[in-house]
Amino acid sequence: MNAAGILQIVIFFAVLTAGAIPLGAYMARVFTGERTWFDPVLKPIERLIYKICLIKPDQEQHWTVYAFSCLVFSVAGLLLIYAVMRLQAWLPLNPAEMSAVAPDLAFNTAVSFTTNTNWQNYGGESTMAYLTQMLGMTVKNFTSAATGMAVLVALVRGFARRQAKTVGNFYVDSVRSILYVLLPLAVLVTLALVWQGMPQNLDAYVEATTLEGAKQVIAQGPVASQVAIKHLGTNGGGFFNANSSHPFENPTALSNLIEIAGEVLISAGLVFAFGRMIGDRRQARALYLAMATMLAIGISVCYWAEAGGNPQLQAMGVDVASGDRAPGGNMEGKEVRLGIANSAIFAATTTGTSTGAVNAMHDSFMPLGGMVPMVNMMLGEVVFGGVGCGLHGMIVFVIVTVFIAGLMVGRTPEYLGKKMEAREVKLAVLCILIFPLSILGFSAVAMVLPVGLSSIAAPGPHGLSEVLYAYSSATGNNGSAFAGLSGNTTFYNTTLAAAMLIGRFLIIVPTLAIAGSLAAKKIVPPSVGTFPTHGSLFIGLLIAVIVVIGGLTFFPVLALGPIVEHFALGAGTLF
Amino acid sequence: MIKQILPAILLTLLLTVLLGLAYPLAMTGLAGTLFPRQAHGSLIEKNGQMVGSALIGQSFETPEYFHSRPSATTGADPADSTKTVPSPYNAANSMGSNASPSSKAYIESTQALVDQIKAENPDARGPVPVDLVTASGSGLDPHISPAAAEYQTPRVAKARHIPEGDLRALVAAHTEGRVFGILGESRVNVLKLNLALDERRPLAK
Repeated sequence: MNAAGILQIVIFFAVLTAGAIPLGAYMARVFTGERTWFDPVLKPIERLIYKICLIKPDQEQHWTVYAFSCLVFSVAGLLLIYAVMRLQAWLPLNPAEMSAVAPDLAFNTAVSFTTNTNWQNYGGESTMAYLTQMLGMTVKNFTSAATGMAVLVALVRGFARRQAKTVGNFYVDSVRSILYVLLPLAVLVTLALVWQGMPQNLDAYVEATTLEGAKQVIAQGPVASQVAIKHLGTNGGGFFNANSSHPFENPTALSNLIEIAGEVLISAGLVFAFGRMIGDRRQARALYLAMATMLAIGISVCYWAEAGGNPQLQAMGVDVASGDRAPGGNMEGKEVRLGIANSAIFAATTTGTSTGAVNAMHDSFMPLGGMVPMVNMMLGEVVFGGVGCGLHGMIVFVIVTVFIAGLMVGRTPEYLGKKMEAREVKLAVLCILIFPLSILGFSAVAMVLPVGLSSIAAPGPHGLSEVLYAYSSATGNNGSAFAGLSGNTTFYNTTLAAAMLIGRFLIIVPTLAIAGSLAAKKIVPPSVGTFPTHGSLFIGLLIAVIVVIGGLTFFPVLALGPIVEHFALGAGTLF
Repeated sequence: MIKQILPAILLTLLLTVLLGLAYPLAMTGLAGTLFPRQAHGSLIEKNGQMVGSALIGQSFETPEYFHSRPSATTGADPADSTKTVPSPYNAANSMGSNASPSSKAYIESTQALVDQIKAENPDARGPVPVDLVTASGSGLDPHISPAAAEYQTPRVAKARHIPEGDLRALVAAHTEGRVFGILGESRVNVLKLNLALDERRPLAK
């Protein structure tokens, strides 16, 4: 660890906070239907979309109809992207002549992009045609992100409204998310990334002759337009196999900062938008501080573990000291232009949010360095989290926290003036239980079946980590991987797709049910017995609940994976 | 029911046209106009021949060139297309090694790399910099650290018959600092450095 690395972490938080506050104010206006700067241009387009698609913007939906619309919209998109992949060989814009994607891989990928996971059992440049990347991946990056934002907005309305029957209109919330938030930001970020060197073309792959006379085929494509939304929408699916470690997908340290800030910006902004929409900005500040604290801890642990380097390499006399002339540390799977600190910030952020892009190979991280992204995903990705999903996941933890606080003082728990009763708490606990159930359940099955074991690349405890990481990533709708695991098999394509669907829709439906039930409640004015939810005591309690309730379930299996590997490596034991 | 389903289908189709065609094509047009070099892959031509991209690393094996980092990319086996074989710096199939830090095979192969690099650079001073014996995440890293360039300088100077001091100056001129002095790491672009080296003292062919 060095001063330059720590300074880069501080800069990242400064850029994030400076961007999130105004963006939050703007998004609050978008979701409450107030006028924005973009209205003169976008309002006519918005109206036209409603007209063509037979959407009645003034018609609000009950939470059940809202959830149904969300599911139908997801299924329609899933079928379309599946069809595009299966038919790509016969469609235009396929200069590299990619053949049709195999059925199980196409199913896994379609589910993956629909659920905002973007787990990839394929290499983009060796599997997907340009048209598939555009019509399939790019479109799903927008729509799956918009779905997450819509669900959050519905939940926030649940808090803001009193004795209401409806929580908004799913289609309106999705269209406004895309048109007013995601698309303008994507245009801006695309141009910034191209300026930094990211390709944006429909050219054929370039054939070069290297200085030593060898042939080198260089993949091209409409990279920047997809990468921009891949980060803004916390999607994370790479245009290229190596994702954001690929120099075309992350050309400079500045593009790296744009990508990391981009993947947290909307999620962090939504926290501030939440504060404005419920009319109490102190609540937002508390949640923001809780999230930022947890992210800072994750980044620091990861940076410390990676900067230390591999003791085995040190023993060979390899220089792992960092300085102005060398990145040092554990450089396996990392890029020189980015170095250790940026790889650690990226790894913690991509898993604290549900992005899942990587700028370094997590499988080759030191045991404790790799445990940080794994733990982030197991905790439900609430450290800012996916756009929308992060905050609604956090609010679920808040409900559990006020419930536990209520038990301690013997009062009916309440949050933002809404009484938390048996129904809300049960639904919140259901959301939390989905994670261990899916992650540990599927991992256990994979660890006893030969079809599960045969895909593992690493020997010893690291092999368990690979499987555990895969199901954490799929359930958390993250998409990053310990990529040594060969996931493109029928077993993993199917079970990972199941985990992704469980992690997405078994969370969305109970969350919307909470929204509907809250919207119907009265708002009770705070009394002396109300537990304040904006102070440092609450922030501490919230973090403790997340770590204890969310994390404790996973401790035994983490002890068998990364923790034992760490101590074994320290003692010189190899596998 | 149908009242809820129809909008979902229509919206999916409309957004596919808007976000899947209009948006990427408009961006392609705009990016190509504003930043034509970057938009087409920062390609480098020399004497009318395409030699690569400034952003994509290349494999160098001869002592007369600075070597890039190890690369774990693979390619189709020319003998049997269902199998893959190591193919360093294959820019149509990016990947890292994904090696586990505690794997015996990984530690042994790294030891072999260290031995090989020490043998190739008998006059090098100091320990081997870590980036020279670790595969990058993409397998296409265009850079090495200034320390890794320094480590190779005596070998290249000897092979090219250039005074070491001159070569060190050339490396210094091709060393890029952190972005804005803060972000990322200082680095040397291997392809650009080797192109400059060829300019300085062309190889006899």
